[in-house]
Amino acid sequence: MDELDKLKAALRDAPAPDASKKDATLRMAKENFDTFQGSAKPARPTQSDPKRVGFREGLKTMFAPNTFRPLLLTTSSLVVLGVGFVLVQPMLAPDSAILDLDTTMAPEVSMDLPAAEDFTSATGEIVAQAPARAPAPAKIRTRESAGIALSEAAPRSQNFDFAGGATIIAPAPYDLDDVAPPDLRSRDQFANDAPNPLKITAEAPVSTFSTDVDTASYSVIRRALQNGQLPPRDAVRIEEMVNYFPYDYAAPTGEHPFEPTLTVTGTPWNPDTQLVHIAIQGEMPQLEDRPALNLVFLIDTSGSMNAPDKLPLLIQSFRLMLSELRPEDQVAIVTYAGSAGTVLPPTSASETGKINAALGNLSAGGSTAGEAGLRQAYALASQMGEEGELSRVLLATDGDFNVGMSGSDEMKSFIEEKRDTGTYLSILGFGRGNLNDALMQTLAQNGNGQAAYIDTLSEARKVLVDQLTGALFPIAGDVKVQVEWNPAEVAEYRLIGYETRALKREDFNNDKVDAGDIGAGHTVTALYEITPVGSPAILNTPLRYDTQTVASDSSELGFLRLRYKPVGASDSILIERPITQASAEATVETRFATAIAGFGQLLRGSDYLGDWSYADAIALANEAKGDDPFGYRNEAITLMRLAESLAKAP
Amino acid sequence: MRPTITMRMQTSDEALAQAAGNGDAEAFGLLIRRHYDRLFRFAWRLTGTQHDAEDLTHDICAALPAKLAGFRGEAKFTSWLYRIALNANTDRARKAQRRVKARAGWGEDQHRRAAEATEAREAQDWLTTAMQSLPRELKDTVALTLGEEMTQKEAATVMGVSEGTIAWRMSEVKRHLKDLAEKEAN
Repeated sequence: MDELDKLKAALRDAPAPDASKKDATLRMAKENFDTFQGSAKPARPTQSDPKRVGFREGLKTMFAPNTFRPLLLTTSSLVVLGVGFVLVQPMLAPDSAILDLDTTMAPEVSMDLPAAEDFTSATGEIVAQAPARAPAPAKIRTRESAGIALSEAAPRSQNFDFAGGATIIAPAPYDLDDVAPPDLRSRDQFANDAPNPLKITAEAPVSTFSTDVDTASYSVIRRALQNGQLPPRDAVRIEEMVNYFPYDYAAPTGEHPFEPTLTVTGTPWNPDTQLVHIAIQGEMPQLEDRPALNLVFLIDTSGSMNAPDKLPLLIQSFRLMLSELRPEDQVAIVTYAGSAGTVLPPTSASETGKINAALGNLSAGGSTAGEAGLRQAYALASQMGEEGELSRVLLATDGDFNVGMSGSDEMKSFIEEKRDTGTYLSILGFGRGNLNDALMQTLAQNGNGQAAYIDTLSEARKVLVDQLTGALFPIAGDVKVQVEWNPAEVAEYRLIGYETRALKREDFNNDKVDAGDIGAGHTVTALYEITPVGSPAILNTPLRYDTQTVASDSSELGFLRLRYKPVGASDSILIERPITQASAEATVETRFATAIAGFGQLLRGSDYLGDWSYADAIALANEAKGDDPFGYRNEAITLMRLAESLAKAP
Repeated sequence: MRPTITMRMQTSDEALAQAAGNGDAEAFGLLIRRHYDRLFRFAWRLTGTQHDAEDLTHDICAALPAKLAGFRGEAKFTSWLYRIALNANTDRARKAQRRVKARAGWGEDQHRRAAEATEAREAQDWLTTAMQSLPRELKDTVALTLGEEMTQKEAATVMGVSEGTIAWRMSEVKRHLKDLAEKEAN
């Protein structure tokens, strides 16, 4: 190592500042500032109401000695709980749940209660999902914003305003100006099920699932790793990780809009099992011939969007996308925060100045009126739609989306209803700490759309520009996959990922049952790990009293059935392919998909990997990088390295 | 409408600094809270001990209200702040005649950290010796370019010298370190 690099590394280890010294210095500096201002400019009528300064200074002095903090913290939380209870109780509707305030949050809770009628829609369900949350309409601010609200509103603390939005002010045990980073537990919610278990072919030969082209899980994982944390296990949806990457599978040539490619290879983490790759490549229609697009941006401008990685990133992302649109495309913008409003009526995409101005004027504030926003967006979309055009609502949010509608179920049926009118819905998630991944999944899955999580501008580029076509043009609807394994060849099998996409066996032939869509150029990869009959890797001991004798003349491993509906059609078309040992050769593409599937299983803490490690995943991915024109695969390898180090850290 | 604090959390350093210079106490509060940690780490890189770093940061923050009146927004606020920090450090060392003690500080801090981890101790040990061997202006340059990871151009702006000077100083640093390595080898 270069001497300078060494010096740089050594200097990087600066110790963390001592908190009490920091407090003392900051306080001293502010006093100095006041003194200095006092001598320099005695009259400043605008911003320092002397009473207010007195109030704050008084509180500061009261709470200054560090030794009293724990005591004050305890007493003031008692006070807060008392106040909160008195106020909230009379407003509770008969069917609503108990406001479950976490005591660790209590000292700094400030509640903006919306108009009283909203309370009737509160249900117990929301509280059950997230114990640290109040019923939907009451918004608990985290410490960061609560501290601000306190210092802003402090002088009014005696005046509770019941008519409009009631504001409850609680005394804060800390320096009122102290905007410390939030140390509350994250309120991110993730949707996932337990990993698919190993199935015995003789008992359950048929495996059915819906395709999934979402990528949100991968972005969430990336963000966690880049922040130096292993992602929560439930945030890991392996199929979304695998499907995040573009693969160069064989393009469809026949009558169908996509083509399955089957590959059987060895398993890197188990020499005695095999991996079956089912790869689906969607066709890429001629871009010049694409129909006109009607896009309604439904943008969450609630107070929680006020962070650099939320609203500003969102605005930049949409600007990137605008350059890809054509004059015949139309754009409209609806925002929702407190009340929903149309910010930009349907406008031709060529009027970039107008659209940019509308985007530039967005600012965050208020609570989230998701339902009203959604209704308005759909109404606009149906206004814009003409024969032969595609309408899509792009919902951009950081997760909080339940003011108004009572829980996910009602929202779900509303979106399902709208889906059938031909308007699609895509969800773009932003930010961290408040992300309701579960709700995003529900909305996108029921709206025939895609859920993507955007954490950086380059991710926005990938989702909104590079893959604009796939995200916006469906080529096949309700794509379902069913594999029947041959018990004479395959003793056990396991589907890797797709836990949230499982379908019942009978649903496969039922065209009423919804499933995932495939967009132009999308690729979908599914992996099964199979254990051949007679392999030493079989985990289940054969039954002693097994009466079934497996008899099959076929040497096929299994049989693949795919169903899809052409865009706009209501009857499905069936594709069938046998899975044989002599399937296609393993390629760079299938090997990379395997590496990512292995990576995902490591992150989920799978039991099936033996001592296969991150190092093995890195080696496999490295060797299967291929062309990687956008650098996505390289980035994945970096993430694997990060995860490897983080997993080793105590 | 007066901007709320939440809105201001995204306001640029420069805008906040100018507002503070014009007497806005809230802007001043936000500004120093935003930069305290960075300032402290830089102070540690300059002085070598937690204690001295705290004192230096304290001095800088104490003087900041008066100095801010002179901030015209022509330079980046951070560059301006680094320059203030460098000057404060020089003043402090000169006034207290503590140059020797400040150098010894690297060792003092090292002993405290030694208990924590062997690896860290070795790195620190080397850092102590290396930083001690450098004359002040080279040490300051190192703190900016290597510690704060500035480009030579940014460091040049802060120190008020030309880019070439920084480049030359860094080659000097390299030479010093090489000498040091040879000395150790013998």
